[in-house]
Amino acid sequence: MINPAKRRSVLGWLAAALSALLLAGVMPATAADEHGAHSGHKLIAKGDKCVRDEEYMRRNHMKILKHQRDDTMRKGIRTTQDSLKNCIECHVNPKTNSVASSKEDFCMGCHTYAAVKVDCFECHSSKPKAPAVGMNPIITPEQQSEGKDKQSSLSGKMRWQMQAKQASLNMGEGVK
Amino acid sequence: MNNDVFRKSKDGAFYFVLGVIGLVVLAGLGAAYYMEHHGHVVTGMTNQIVWGLPHVFAIFLIVAASGVLNVASIGSVFGKPMYKARGPLAGLLAIAMLAGGLMVLMLDLGRADRLIIAMTYLNLKSVFALNVFLYTVFFTVVALYLWTMMDRKMHAYSKYVGFAAFIWRLALTTGTGAIFGFLVARQAYGTALLAPMFIIMSFSFGLAVFMIVQAVMYRWNDRVLDEAIQHRMKNLLAVFVAAVLYFTVVYHMTNLYFAKQTDFERFILLDGGVYTNLFWFGQILLGTLAPLAILFHPDLSKRSSWIVMAAMLVILGGFAQLYVLLIGGQAFPLSIFPGMVESSSFFDGRIHTYSPSLPEFLLGIGGVAAAALITAIAVKVLPFMPEDKVHKVIAAD
Amino acid sequence: MSNDVDNSRRKFIAAGVAGTAGLVLAPGVTLLDMANARPAGEAASSTKRWGMLIDSTKCATGCNDCVTACGKENGVASTGRPETDPQWIRKIELKEVKSGKSHSLPMMCQHCAEPPCVDVCPTGASFKRADGIVLVDRHICIGCRYCMMACPYKARSFVHEEHDDQNPDVPRGKGCVESCTLCVHRIDKDLEPACVEACSAGNHGAMLFGDLNDANSEISKRIATYATTQVRADLALNTGVRYQGI
Repeated sequence: MINPAKRRSVLGWLAAALSALLLAGVMPATAADEHGAHSGHKLIAKGDKCVRDEEYMRRNHMKILKHQRDDTMRKGIRTTQDSLKNCIECHVNPKTNSVASSKEDFCMGCHTYAAVKVDCFECHSSKPKAPAVGMNPIITPEQQSEGKDKQSSLSGKMRWQMQAKQASLNMGEGVK
Repeated sequence: MNNDVFRKSKDGAFYFVLGVIGLVVLAGLGAAYYMEHHGHVVTGMTNQIVWGLPHVFAIFLIVAASGVLNVASIGSVFGKPMYKARGPLAGLLAIAMLAGGLMVLMLDLGRADRLIIAMTYLNLKSVFALNVFLYTVFFTVVALYLWTMMDRKMHAYSKYVGFAAFIWRLALTTGTGAIFGFLVARQAYGTALLAPMFIIMSFSFGLAVFMIVQAVMYRWNDRVLDEAIQHRMKNLLAVFVAAVLYFTVVYHMTNLYFAKQTDFERFILLDGGVYTNLFWFGQILLGTLAPLAILFHPDLSKRSSWIVMAAMLVILGGFAQLYVLLIGGQAFPLSIFPGMVESSSFFDGRIHTYSPSLPEFLLGIGGVAAAALITAIAVKVLPFMPEDKVHKVIAAD
Repeated sequence: MSNDVDNSRRKFIAAGVAGTAGLVLAPGVTLLDMANARPAGEAASSTKRWGMLIDSTKCATGCNDCVTACGKENGVASTGRPETDPQWIRKIELKEVKSGKSHSLPMMCQHCAEPPCVDVCPTGASFKRADGIVLVDRHICIGCRYCMMACPYKARSFVHEEHDDQNPDVPRGKGCVESCTLCVHRIDKDLEPACVEACSAGNHGAMLFGDLNDANSEISKRIATYATTQVRADLALNTGVRYQGI
């Protein structure tokens, strides 16, 4: 025996519960965004010089990766600079040989702190490809001759790439 | 108006039933989480049988959801008062079952977490994508339809919205049938016959579900369904069951006529083991002939409990039919090299085996429970109980 | 700098294309075979259509070299659960019902020009690249398996369980559908698919890879000379993988 008033209150309660649920879903994500970037969290295997400005990378690395992902997947464009493989080569944790196997690793360090799920490594390997001489996918033949001695230091290679790209890159533009 | 429908004396029982249904829904969600966490390796599904028991449940619910709306359509579109009184309940069941069916379908996805992708990346050439559109509009149209039926101020529009819902429902089930009808690769599918066949199946399954829900609601409230109404509905059900039988016969006869299809028909009709048994005993004997016998029996067809029994058998037969079509259709191997015997490490040329696992069953039954839960809550808070003005029913019809 | 290199290379290739175009005698007939190498920054183009020709008369029963090479290249390993294990390429043994004549051949994604898997995919995850390679974009695959229902070759597999031993070049994971990529990561580096390479390395010579759009490619010449078949030709899917000897 439910009277109309009671019925209304039940409906009202349902609506409130629903909106609360929706809010609950949104809140932590925004909160994480706010603080994650400025956490001062210590990163392991942080390279010397990234493909973009550090501050820019913190906020936009996912955009760069997504752009490159679609280019590579759909069109077969395999430029190395913005590729996930390139990130991994530089940021790999020497202890775990991975960027995402533990909280200490580069990707998970931040993502665990910010409670943002990374979906990349469900499919992608979080380990760098074992460098076979002349077969390293991220080192083009020109680079090889240019930086034989630099090859041992991946960050050195990145710095070399940065110099090459400096003209065409700036923070705002980022991904072309 | 019908605030006395769910009498206070039975409130305890109602919440108990609600609790039980809720637990089944939870079990279904738990099963989905388990499957998602471990991957589909914990199910009976394989790279041979890619759609399993959850899909049988999901497609049954989606097909029945569209069919149950028939009851409302007969009222609004064809102007029969006795069906008009049942329109709101039919609309509610349509929404509830579609929601339950879609829940199962979505939770079975390999990447259920990407639901948002399923709704934002649409390949318009895909029947599946088309179905996403058909389902969404169906929800909206039926919700509007319910509004026009239940709000006195909106009654005037009921006929038009009802007509739109009627057309959309036919489109929706055509879309469901076309999911299989457009599959050129497999011998069980790839025929346009599946679209009208699914529509007539929806009429049959939907009406059967409606009659059972109606019977439960009348029993719960200690009311007696008018004999004339009962008589009409059981006759309609019998017509639909016979029509499904007709389509089944045409489907198999056509296949038997094509030499390339005879091996497949031999598998389903003669030596397919579980599929053959389900076809002859499940679909034909229990799901078709038995209900027809009850519904046309001079004595039994007058007893409401027997009519409910017939409706239950129709639902059982419906599950058997979908199981044979879905799983049986996949169990028969692809004919990649017609005229040659194939063998490989990937089960080419061999009948594929499938044994459904508990999580799959729980997910499927969880979808049914979700539909029941939506229905139970709705009939508790809003007036969905059919209110007949009995004398007018007879006179008007 | 690397950009400059890319640019100059691009210019050079553009000039090469123009030059070659000038040497076209009749549509589809060119005197020069263009270099295959495509710069990393350039998109795959529909001027190419990658395909494969498999000579079943040279394919021995029991030889699994192509399958083994594929597994190694793409990180597709058996878990000991054959019913749920993905298979990108498999050997099929055939026996003609009447004559008893037997054939052995590898079967994989046929890279159709009209792929049913692409048509049915609700999200567009199944797609065909400009150069004819049919792929699954796992970023937007929801794991509905409709493509597996639609494929006439049973070429697609669903990943039923978690993997963590991926080859960095070949991402693959639980809950998505996958199939032969024609070793797209190798093709983009101007290498042959791993299966073809293994078949040649074993001196079997049963598999030939090449550009079906280039009339002067070895594969096009063979197809123009010998009787070749498309599997399930009745479906008119215009497959990129052709067979000889069946």
